[in-house]
Amino acid sequence: MGYSFTPPAKNWATEPIERTEILWITIAGLWCLFMFGWMIAWHWIGNQNMANEAYKTTPEIYGKKVEDFTAKYTVRQDASDPSLPVVAPPPGSDVYLAASRWQWRPVVEFQKGKTYRVHISSLDWDHGFSLQPENINFQAYPGYEQVVTMTPNKSGTFSIVCNEYCGIGHHMMLGRIYVKE
Amino acid sequence: MAITTAQSPFRTDPLTGLRIDLTAATLVKTNAVLAVVFLLVGGIAGLLVALTRWPAVHLLPADLFYMALTVHGIVALMVWIIFFEIAVLYFVGSTLLNCRLAAPKMAWTQVVLMVVGAATTFVAILQGDSSVMMTSYVPMNAAPHFYLGLILFAVGALIGCGVFWGTLVIAAEEKTYEGSLPLTVYGCMIATVIAIFTIASGAIILIPTFLWSLGLIKSVDPMMYRVIWWAFGHSSQQINVTAHITIWYTVAALAFGAKPMSEKVSRTAFLLYILFLQLGSVHHLLSDPGLSSAWKIFNTSYMMYLAVLASLIHGLTVPGAIEVAQRRNGLNNGLFEWLRKCPWGNPVFSCTILSIIGFGFIGGITGGGVGGEQIKMIIHNTVYVPGHFHGTVVSGTTLAFMGLTYYLIPVLFQREVIMPGLAKIQPYLFAIGTAVFAIALMGAGTLGVPRRHWDITFAGQALGFEFPGMAQMMMAVGEMGGVLMVLGGAAFCVIVVGSILVGKPVPANAKNIVPPPADAGGHKEIGMGGFEAPGTFVLAMVLFVTLVLYYFINFKYLATLWTLA
Repeated sequence: MGYSFTPPAKNWATEPIERTEILWITIAGLWCLFMFGWMIAWHWIGNQNMANEAYKTTPEIYGKKVEDFTAKYTVRQDASDPSLPVVAPPPGSDVYLAASRWQWRPVVEFQKGKTYRVHISSLDWDHGFSLQPENINFQAYPGYEQVVTMTPNKSGTFSIVCNEYCGIGHHMMLGRIYVKE
Repeated sequence: MAITTAQSPFRTDPLTGLRIDLTAATLVKTNAVLAVVFLLVGGIAGLLVALTRWPAVHLLPADLFYMALTVHGIVALMVWIIFFEIAVLYFVGSTLLNCRLAAPKMAWTQVVLMVVGAATTFVAILQGDSSVMMTSYVPMNAAPHFYLGLILFAVGALIGCGVFWGTLVIAAEEKTYEGSLPLTVYGCMIATVIAIFTIASGAIILIPTFLWSLGLIKSVDPMMYRVIWWAFGHSSQQINVTAHITIWYTVAALAFGAKPMSEKVSRTAFLLYILFLQLGSVHHLLSDPGLSSAWKIFNTSYMMYLAVLASLIHGLTVPGAIEVAQRRNGLNNGLFEWLRKCPWGNPVFSCTILSIIGFGFIGGITGGGVGGEQIKMIIHNTVYVPGHFHGTVVSGTTLAFMGLTYYLIPVLFQREVIMPGLAKIQPYLFAIGTAVFAIALMGAGTLGVPRRHWDITFAGQALGFEFPGMAQMMMAVGEMGGVLMVLGGAAFCVIVVGSILVGKPVPANAKNIVPPPADAGGHKEIGMGGFEAPGTFVLAMVLFVTLVLYYFINFKYLATLWTLA
């Protein structure tokens, strides 16, 4: 006898549990185990996982890598923004993308069905890598270099939208990835 | 901490029969009023944000938008909620244990520190160089007093937890209750344990960041900042969950004479929160570099989803307790007679039940999905995230707090609630607004719309990108919901402040409104097929099926993406 705000009966720890609760706890508990197992299983049965390959770096070192990468594989200037080089790395190679206020550089061109090791990092503040309209999202910090192996399964023009607030120009921050057939 | 031995004067509340320490009552009232004032400030900032992100309105220029969003995050998510939680702690600790409040002077220190802290940060933001969002990720920098204000606020909150614990010690020593702590006090105790962990995490990261902003430390590592900041930022939402679930149990008892279906089950579920809920701060780090999958999976699942299990348990046991109480009081026909005959026009009840439904169906189901390691890749930093957490924090926590406030106006402030007609519809306005906002933003987020973004049309950008028309429409619908939410919130503030100022005093000989315990006398044979709460079980299964379907829909969407490894 009592309320939730009065002390419980002396035998509260040994009172039997009602059937509704037992059944629900069983169902909910099994589902919790399933969700846990499914996340692990997806690393084998799914094609979308983060490798969690990452390195410590500095904005200076990383910036240099991006420059070298750009110089090596530039094929043309971008049609939408002629100040931006378009870089077409060979399949299987390392691709270096840098976020800085307020741009993702360089523009890259991939081939559909080919695999690339895409490195992501920031040269100043935290930024977001949000590939649209595909909707794949990663966080970029300065000082850490994340590597994601990507294999585009569609061709077309994809935008990188910055989706981590990075100051007053945040909403102007974009990048681009072209995927050729 | 000085514990005075002088007895504070008490009064016995006619409506509830509770013996109320007058000093505690003053402190509860002060914290609650401050909470509502900050809710108003946070709501106004929220309205400005909503009217800017509504594409056709686009009210504020970019700098003011980011400023308003920073204010909204800090004031609505931290200041309003923590002030109210301190009020709850003081009320529950003293009144429900029939005890005086420990160390009232320390409690006043808490009030002052939290007000000064909140005001300091607020001023820093309005000065214009601290529009860094609530999260203030380094190396983006705010003015030093932005961080200092947060630190003072946190110290104040920590003192509030200390006063609560001091009160528990006094109540135990002076034997003001017999046996174990009541469930609702136990729930608050769990909330303060989580709060202490949370505030310590905040201090560990904000103090060095403050020193860095002063130039005394060279740098703060961006990854360390995010890991520890989220141990503060996410865990503070876990305090809210624990607090609002405690309020659900309290209201079920106050309105229906309910007691937990099983003390053992409910208490174990609360205990699971202490053990595992904090791990969930990793939800924010699933798309981050440098953290292993094993670490992410262990933490994001709260150790095999044991904290999710706890929430699923409370989600059943609170409405279950109401069902059992209603059935014992004679409403034992069919599956849902007990539910149909609930007092849907009483805002104390409607806020609570809408909070349970909103938290479960909007915040809970989507939380189960987005906490998945891989699912995070399709929602990280999109407007899905604010959509989801308005489902938890607004339709869960804020609505539950509103319900308790309606109860406390006559009990603590001894005033009748004014404008009963408006008070009757206010919870529905607020809940519907929040639901529309949350669901539409989650839709837009699924289509990739970024959060914290001033212009998703990218007007004038050479590399511009156009979101699908559907995404734009969902932003418009969502922000209309946001405006409705603000109207509902404003109505709440008007009713509360109005009632306190001009409400009719509750007469000293008013009738007791707490129903007798449902298990005293009453019907013994209740329920159907050996189940005491069959209606609740059916509703829980509806939630379960929705949760399972939604989970797989997310993975189906994920499976269409580029191969990532």
